[in-house]
Amino acid sequence: MSAPAGTPGPPETDDHTGGGTTAPPTPRALARRRRREALRRFAREYARRRAGLVGLAGLLAIGALALTAPLFIDQAHLTVTGAPGTAYEPPSARFPLGTDNFGRSILDLVVWGARVSLTVGFLATAVSVVLGTLVGMTAGHFGASGGSAGRFVSSALMRVTDWFLVLPTLVLAVALAAVLPRGTGTIIIAIGLTVWPATARLVRAQTLAVEARPYVERARALGGGHAHVMLWHVLPNVMPVVLAQTTLLVATSIIAESTLAFLGVGDPTTVSWGGILDAARNSGAISSGIWWYMVPPGLAIAVVALSFTLCGRALESVINPRLREQR
Amino acid sequence: MRYVAGRLTIAVASLAAVVVAGFFLFRILPGDPVRAMTEGREVTAEQREELRRQFGLDQPLWQQFLDYASGLLRLDLGMSFQYREPVAELILNRLGPTLLLAGTGTVIAALLGLFLGSRAGWRPGGRPDRVHTAVALFFWSVPTFWLGLLLIVFLASGRGFIPGMFPTGGMVDPRTDGLADTVLNTAWHMVLPITTMVAVIYAQYLMIMRSSLMDEKGADYLTTARAKGLRDALVRRRHAVPNALLPTVTLVFLNLGQVVSGVILVETVFSWPGLGQLFYSGLRVPDLGLVQGLFVVFAASVILMNLLADLVYPLLDPRVRP
Repeated sequence: MSAPAGTPGPPETDDHTGGGTTAPPTPRALARRRRREALRRFAREYARRRAGLVGLAGLLAIGALALTAPLFIDQAHLTVTGAPGTAYEPPSARFPLGTDNFGRSILDLVVWGARVSLTVGFLATAVSVVLGTLVGMTAGHFGASGGSAGRFVSSALMRVTDWFLVLPTLVLAVALAAVLPRGTGTIIIAIGLTVWPATARLVRAQTLAVEARPYVERARALGGGHAHVMLWHVLPNVMPVVLAQTTLLVATSIIAESTLAFLGVGDPTTVSWGGILDAARNSGAISSGIWWYMVPPGLAIAVVALSFTLCGRALESVINPRLREQR
Repeated sequence: MRYVAGRLTIAVASLAAVVVAGFFLFRILPGDPVRAMTEGREVTAEQREELRRQFGLDQPLWQQFLDYASGLLRLDLGMSFQYREPVAELILNRLGPTLLLAGTGTVIAALLGLFLGSRAGWRPGGRPDRVHTAVALFFWSVPTFWLGLLLIVFLASGRGFIPGMFPTGGMVDPRTDGLADTVLNTAWHMVLPITTMVAVIYAQYLMIMRSSLMDEKGADYLTTARAKGLRDALVRRRHAVPNALLPTVTLVFLNLGQVVSGVILVETVFSWPGLGQLFYSGLRVPDLGLVQGLFVVFAASVILMNLLADLVYPLLDPRVRP
């Protein structure tokens, strides 16, 4: 994500800086220790959520599988001409999940598809999170402290956000994917450009809450400009909320990717879960009941999306104390 | 009155933005419509020119936009490159089946979601809450189209140990005659598509109702109702739920975009002869004129529904009346 969140920079001001009463440790060391403790507290709190741990385990397993796929899958077997089996073989010892209409192993296709689906999911999320954070923070910051011109910019930005929020996401993404040249990059852009408004709204609300705190006023009184306040004070405090939202967005993006591929606007040269389902439908496997062709990829999408959602909800409940009480 | 005027202005501005976006998205971005239209076919330069003239593509861009915008005001959405028919006519012919499917699906999903949500939200963290939230979360994580494909493979294809109980697609068997027969046959064709739609969109209604009821839980009038000695179920049904329903109204309308997405996918999977399938057929060619027209229609209908929600809400809830 954006740079300053993790890098050690100037000591961060916090709600309860007591001034310089303790002499020996430098402020920077103090800040580092505080951050480490906060991280440990966070990990402990997260570990208490069973659903969150299940989701995390699922993600790690799938991630490992996707990363190591080239080690045990022969890429030549994924091409139509190099298919190892015959068409529509039911599950057997050689092909645990059967074969498709070209005789390719469904298991191999699904494992390989994880690479595309996860890549697109992460990159599209990155696009939308960066865009959403930028718009949301700008709108929140200048709405709170930008004078009348700032308020105008802020409300204009939010109007645009609302417009995107209202439009049917799928229709917009499909239209974008249809007019741009085919390819994975197009899919990433089409998804990224359509799912950002929710992040923008969330970030704006959080920015407004942060801007109302006294330490922001202090920073401003000491001469901190817009960029300084936004980067060093608002952004670090917005990041946790964004993180939880990001995890949820990856699930949305992966489903969106498979949907676009299924509607035929995906990248035809790669193997993705949605693409496998599209091929299954177009080859007539669905109406002739070849269940092993379409159950695995859909199940994979559901498992990944569910894992991300579980993680995201666990993160959200750790980060947002209001939700924590309700748990 | 000022409120109404404000809402109307926003809606009109949004609509205008949709028209502009709908036009430039399909023109400015790389890709020549004529090339897309003639892809994979042998065409001479004259034929290309003829096509350009036919669709007005030889005019300057601003002239094209003005023609397009004024056409929209006359409900002329342009021509479909693929069907060689006006897009508006194609859409009108397909509107009925979509309304039937989306309407029935939304009503069932809303009723089911609101009912389960009121159960879940009454005791957050309780058993019904955990079960319903988990189930809804699962269905939300499942891609719509895959659920439809599953239903077809297992309940309609007739392979394996389950007999094919339902049709694999379409809306009505052409061999039926008589009104009653047609209605029954259509209903039979609707079972699987509606099930798919409901399964995917009921979750949002459930979650909205759940959080709305949770907000309402601490209210004083509920304490009063309990102090009167009313049974718990009565307190929920007569007092809490009607108040919790109010905020859900706008949100239900706001989520209409998801219904549109759901309809497109369900119609594609089940070959339902509606707007969604038309959209899919336009994408496959690709027939950008058709996709553009449908884009504008989908977006406009969502915006109009939102406007409706904004206008109706003050009538339902006097507290927000300006």
